[in-house]
Amino acid sequence: MTAMPGSVTPTVSDARRVARFGRTERTLHWVHASAFFAMLATGLVLYLPVLAQVVSNRPLMKAMHLVAATAWLTALLLVAVLGNRRALGRTRRQLERFDADDLRWLRGAHVPQGRFNAGQKAHAVVQAALAVLFVVSGSLLWLGERNTTLRLPGTIALHDVAMYVAVVLVTGHIYMAFAERTRPSLEGMLHGTVPAAYAAEHHAKWTPDAPAPAPAPPPPGAGRTTARGGLRGALRVALAAAIVAAGLAGATLLVRDVFAADGNAPPPAPAVVAPG
Amino acid sequence: MSCSVTVSGDPHPGGSEEGRPLGRRAFLGIVGVGISSLWWGGRALDLVSQATRIAPESVRSAIPFGQGWRIYSVSPPYPRFDPATWRLRIDGLVAAPQELTYAQLGRLPRAEQVSDFRCVTGWSVDNVHWTGVRFADLLAAARPLPAAKALTFVSAEVPYVDTLTLPQAMASDAMLAYRMDGSPLTRAHGAPARLVMPRMYGYKGVKWVQRIVVTDRVLDGYWEQRGYDRDAWIGHSNGL
Repeated sequence: MTAMPGSVTPTVSDARRVARFGRTERTLHWVHASAFFAMLATGLVLYLPVLAQVVSNRPLMKAMHLVAATAWLTALLLVAVLGNRRALGRTRRQLERFDADDLRWLRGAHVPQGRFNAGQKAHAVVQAALAVLFVVSGSLLWLGERNTTLRLPGTIALHDVAMYVAVVLVTGHIYMAFAERTRPSLEGMLHGTVPAAYAAEHHAKWTPDAPAPAPAPPPPGAGRTTARGGLRGALRVALAAAIVAAGLAGATLLVRDVFAADGNAPPPAPAVVAPG
Repeated sequence: MSCSVTVSGDPHPGGSEEGRPLGRRAFLGIVGVGISSLWWGGRALDLVSQATRIAPESVRSAIPFGQGWRIYSVSPPYPRFDPATWRLRIDGLVAAPQELTYAQLGRLPRAEQVSDFRCVTGWSVDNVHWTGVRFADLLAAARPLPAAKALTFVSAEVPYVDTLTLPQAMASDAMLAYRMDGSPLTRAHGAPARLVMPRMYGYKGVKWVQRIVVTDRVLDGYWEQRGYDRDAWIGHSNGL
């Protein structure tokens, strides 16, 4: 058994993998990630004068920003409706609870951690709060353009500061995903599993499920859906379709609104009265 | 004794769901503080941005942290300015309509001022150095008729327009500016000439001005047609 310097010792047991993230959790993560970067890119063009001069098409950037926001919220709702809500709920409870070891870990002690270490928990909690604040401040920015009573003195400050905090957190998050020691965790978010050795080293208090070798075998009688199960499934699909329709309608309205507001209506003809 | 506490009523005690719901409290706390900052965040950011003054001007102008320009425009691309063909038309209720070249604009009596710029959306830039011409001097040759009551500023960025009453335009700190902070106006800031009205919100500051129409009544500008106040006094309009 030879250890390669700087890497996890390759052993036979390394071939063993454990399930870390289910499909619903991974979908939720990548929905967040892609929406974040789409909105960051378009938002920075709206925000930084240097970029605004390079891409001087503000209405287009604004429309893309708003469409990305709508797509993001639509996708979140779809994940909630179509995904594995029980797994999501379990992950949420694991993320929001800090035990004594977590508090010691945050103070720098190397103590065994559960499925999520305290840093991952804190990151997820702050990101979730930022998501809410982005939605609130972003909606108020949009509404304030249309109704002056909804224009509050700190809306833009909140949206800006949330952006700065999120960029710092995401930078650290991406660094951890690629740093040598913690890189295997990225596999968990890409494929769902991590090496058992990695889990044992970094998440000693976690007892992971073994990964399902194949899609779970259908329970007996699953081929013949019960009337209640079929009804529930149909309701889910109908709800999902309604969410997609609402998202599309919302995005269309936002885009139309942005471009109509900047359309080519002629300037109001100034009243020119003949002298005399 | 373990510090882990199982909150009564938790349907999933034990395992990795042990511990106190500190994360939930932190989440609610951050959201609560964030939402309250809708009322105090603007002022707080102003204070913080005062502290960023130690940073070089080039950095501060590139990254608007509280203080700093944001370039707003309504219809791309920004108008291009060609000194050879550019003309400023002054017409409407005037005795002698004018058409000024860029050079002629620069030969009118020159005014300088340092004033703050405030956007209605909450950002601001303090101590902007403007060079331009006062409206009394700009309109002198055109001679507005007695019926004249207001000015409409037409931007080359169609359909952006905005208006001032004549008394507002005659304010001692209102001007048509063609230089900013020591250099000719840049394209993003409205080259070659923009309206500067420091006591009103920035949407009154029409960029890329190419025509000034003298009228017998005040008309609604681009944003006023969309619900903004016509008299955009800072601190006394638009719900602020």
